[in-house]
Amino acid sequence: MSAQETTSTIAAVAPPRSFLRRVWDSDVFYSFRRSPVTILAALVTLLLVGASVFAPWIAPYDPFNPASLNLMDGFTPPMSSSMSGNYFLFGSDHQGRDVLSTILYGSRVSLFVGVSATLFAIVLGVSLGLAAGYRGGVTDSVIMRIADIQLSFPAILIALLIFGIARGIIPPSRHESMAVWVLIVAIGLANWAQFARTVRGATMVERQKDYVSAARIMGVHPLRILVRHILPNVLGPVLVIGTIGLALAIIEEATLSFLGVGVPPTQPSLGTLIRIGQGFLFSGEWWILFFPAVTLVLLALAVNLLGDWLRDALNPRLR
Amino acid sequence: MLAFILRRLAQSIVVMLVVALISFMLFRYVGDPIANLVGQESRISDIEELRQRLGLNDPFYVQFARFIANAVQGEFGISYRLQQPVTELIVSRLPATIELAFASAMIALVFGVVLGVFTALRPKTFATGVIMTLSLVGVSLPTFLIGIGLIYIFAVELQWLPSFGRGQVTDLGWWRTGLLSESGRRSLILPAITLSLFQLTLIMRLVRAEMLEVLRQDYIRFARARGLSKRAINFGHALKNTMVPVITITGLQLGSVIAFSIVTETVFQWPGVGSLFINSVQVVDVPVMAAYLMFIAFVFVVINLIVDILYYAVDPRLRVHGIGAGK
Amino acid sequence: MRKLLLTASVIALGAVVTPASAETVRWARASDALTLDPHSQNQGVTHNFNHHIYETLLNRDVEGNLIPRLATEWYIKADDPTVWVFKLREGVKFHGGQDFTAEDVVFSLNRARSDKSNMRQLHADVADVIAVDDLTVEVKMSGPSPLYPNNITNTFIMDKGWSEEHDVVEVQDFGAGEDNYAVRNANGTGPYVLQSRQPDDRSVLAWFDGHWDEKPAVTEIIYLPIKEAATRVAALLSGEVDIVQDVPVQDIERLSSTAGVKVETGPENRIIYFGYKFGDAPLKSSNVTDKNPFNDAKVREAIELAVDREAIKRVVMRGQSVPAGVATPPFVNGWTPELDAFPAPDVAKAKALLAEAGYPDGFTVTLDTPNDRYVNDEAISQAIVGMLGQIGIKVTLASRPIAQHSPIILNSDTDFYLLGWGVPTFDSAYIFNDLVHTKDGKYGAYNVGLYSNPELDAKIQSLGTEVDLDKRNATIGEIWKVVKEDRVLLPIHNQVLAYAMKDNINLAVHPENQPLLNTVTYGE
Repeated sequence: MSAQETTSTIAAVAPPRSFLRRVWDSDVFYSFRRSPVTILAALVTLLLVGASVFAPWIAPYDPFNPASLNLMDGFTPPMSSSMSGNYFLFGSDHQGRDVLSTILYGSRVSLFVGVSATLFAIVLGVSLGLAAGYRGGVTDSVIMRIADIQLSFPAILIALLIFGIARGIIPPSRHESMAVWVLIVAIGLANWAQFARTVRGATMVERQKDYVSAARIMGVHPLRILVRHILPNVLGPVLVIGTIGLALAIIEEATLSFLGVGVPPTQPSLGTLIRIGQGFLFSGEWWILFFPAVTLVLLALAVNLLGDWLRDALNPRLR
Repeated sequence: MLAFILRRLAQSIVVMLVVALISFMLFRYVGDPIANLVGQESRISDIEELRQRLGLNDPFYVQFARFIANAVQGEFGISYRLQQPVTELIVSRLPATIELAFASAMIALVFGVVLGVFTALRPKTFATGVIMTLSLVGVSLPTFLIGIGLIYIFAVELQWLPSFGRGQVTDLGWWRTGLLSESGRRSLILPAITLSLFQLTLIMRLVRAEMLEVLRQDYIRFARARGLSKRAINFGHALKNTMVPVITITGLQLGSVIAFSIVTETVFQWPGVGSLFINSVQVVDVPVMAAYLMFIAFVFVVINLIVDILYYAVDPRLRVHGIGAGK
Repeated sequence: MRKLLLTASVIALGAVVTPASAETVRWARASDALTLDPHSQNQGVTHNFNHHIYETLLNRDVEGNLIPRLATEWYIKADDPTVWVFKLREGVKFHGGQDFTAEDVVFSLNRARSDKSNMRQLHADVADVIAVDDLTVEVKMSGPSPLYPNNITNTFIMDKGWSEEHDVVEVQDFGAGEDNYAVRNANGTGPYVLQSRQPDDRSVLAWFDGHWDEKPAVTEIIYLPIKEAATRVAALLSGEVDIVQDVPVQDIERLSSTAGVKVETGPENRIIYFGYKFGDAPLKSSNVTDKNPFNDAKVREAIELAVDREAIKRVVMRGQSVPAGVATPPFVNGWTPELDAFPAPDVAKAKALLAEAGYPDGFTVTLDTPNDRYVNDEAISQAIVGMLGQIGIKVTLASRPIAQHSPIILNSDTDFYLLGWGVPTFDSAYIFNDLVHTKDGKYGAYNVGLYSNPELDAKIQSLGTEVDLDKRNATIGEIWKVVKEDRVLLPIHNQVLAYAMKDNINLAVHPENQPLLNTVTYGE
């Protein structure tokens, strides 16, 4: 998909022209236009997200359907056909799965886990941060102390523990169907504290301001004040942390897979694919590791670059 | 002052207790230690008997109380896997992890500061763009992949550096160090680089942001106006003022570097506490896992306490509210 | 160029690490021995390590035959079929200088069968151990036990005096938080003396010059556990270790084609198989809620016909397995080539059988598999999922580390599972007792699917005391026939072990994966 095509698709479905004009002229978008790296990152992200969303229609094979697999297709090198006549652009893995298709489906799993976990972390972190910043006092102390404890452990360790406890609580027969959700909760719970801290700080600043005091004196419900007045003011930093958090969540999922906890191998994420692939590093089947690894790095890098750009764009002092 | 420290101490103890409860509780669910302790030979009746002996059939709160009582005395029981006192195991593994953590923190600090200053002083150049983008590659690659990649290139293909372990270690009685031998120092390079990349990116970006911030300040402008040399301004004033938050963050991060080393130690077979923890997780060696978590929490609590007290001493404004030290 | 580089660095390493001594071997494995206490854990890696420091009365050679070690002769007492007599080797000394006598054997066997020992199941039928004279020991059994010598190849002999001196007469009670001297210190009669040991890191062993046997080629062993497979292989490729015992099957080819490295392979005494849940109760993980499809012999036959063992061997195992039609390794007494035959895969017939059994559209079920215990265990299960998918059985794969798989197995909390079984006694009874006999307190501990056949149970129990070996073997044959026809278990293959080493080292693969490094020879 070329850059031209992207812009024209946006134009085709875009809201009224004046809005588009406003976006185009805005500071944020100006800095976007000015940075070729950011444009490239946005394109890569769009491409990968699009490819994974439409994986069932794009992918040459359905790697998640075990019945369609032929074990004897295994270890076919890239750009060649197996004995059964199947063609594999990126080669096939140890189960005879098409590496390209597993990457498309795997990105889907990785993105789903990453996005959901980040959203979960945002919702949790922002609500707690708002509560702590607005209420202050004991509420603040308790929430921030919990955030401290949480931050004292690396996210991976926390996710590992939450995954462990979930395995214990959920009956074994349901482990596989729940695995993705457990991962989301585990990674989400490991990452909320960053949001809570940022939002708390911003909230404390905002609540001192006159317009908030005025609203409070007028008897506006605190929840309404929080949502209508304070929340919009803290969204900027949340967006920045959220973008970087997404990249982090994707990497965390991959690391958890490496440590042996994660989604079932029959429905692999990018991380699971890399874990499987690294077993073939020395045996010559480099493509089983190489393509998923490149995809993961591209995805994380593109999202990180976007986050980087957002931070600079939303913080004019740094320009 | 005393009241503040006492309150902080009390909070720290609460934190430790909560971590103790969580770690103790979580591990009860990670798996069944019994299944790993008995051989293929054992019968159900033996397993029942072993459970009884390990006290795993006692009520939850009895087990927890026993755990706390022992933990306070630094007593975490005997490892199910290696059958040695856990405290002794962790103490014997600590030097490896600490040497690795310090080496990687030094790499991160030196390269992070240099690159951070460079990119801040030349914000618009092509080199800065490249460095900023490349630094993101470091945080976009999972640690285990970096480690395996480095082993493949530098140990297998080029054969420049060892692929695993600590090399020749020297026993100083209370500390087994790898720093005194050449093979020990060479063994440290790859894992230290692997572990440092994440922190390096963090420090570099922090230094850059702080530098940019400081360079905009009025006193720098005055210094420029007074005609001070560029070097004196950049390094004498700007960098010096940047270093306070940088060193604070690096110090705070040290605890998480130690914990972060789990993956690095596993990949490089580095005989530290991180690999001890992963080996224990695999066979559900509860005493080791619990002790490790408590240890990490303890390191963090101590570092935080020190930082808080230092801040308190430095920043008089904090004395008004006392709580919520600005981290 | 590559080769040149390699040679150069090997020379350099040799010069730095081992001055003027070619007899040091750096030996890498995936994991470390758990303890030095010889009776505390019944675990292969631990035994393998301890075999270099301690010795057993009897041992197994690389063909699986019993050979003398500390005992030179062993026989059933002429006038009492319940007594085994062991004649001990003369002139054996412990590392600490103490003489090896019958008292030490009595002490060690009693320690091995004490309450806290994990070796005690192997000595469950021992009633008493008596020292007749300095070099003769009689073991009195509770009944005729013709196969008892098979049970003692991992029971090590300690010095009685040393144990009393260091208060290690009892096996460590680690649950009670007790520390124990024998966990970290050893005094055996073996060919090597422990020099130093850091668990999970490195252990150094040096040749014991008072050993009764001739001086081995290897006089120093540096034992290096390296957990990550990629790192382990890298260490051999870069010349940092000499022998790697746990080689991933996919790396065998690369290693064999690397200059200066060779790979030895050989069959292990371990069968990998799948098991089903039996009984009328519906399966927990299936969409068939009124009956148990696995209880239907036709379904089990259909599954066997859907499984392509040769494909698993070729792709998943890279040719490193011995496909099996019976749930016993070829080493074991009772194995025959006829039993080991298996049908060629036939998907059409399998589908027809499923339809005949009343499942034309197949059914769903969950397969529980470990992912860190056997060679490529997860990949094998994954392949089975695909093969059963082709006949309409939709399998969900539940993959777990062995620590979480074991409780599911021991509690029979599974409908369909993968497991491996080693046969240390080299006799079929060992398999029948645990896998086939109805599950009760004494038998069937690993009869996970709760298969029950009273007729077989009676025959299995008769094996324990039958002294007439011909008659006993006939019964074994009868039992296997029923087990195979009934498709109680679905055997896939026997594992193959691979050791990789520098190409001037000769070390044969041991079927129990217990190679002794004092058997290493050098040269082409």
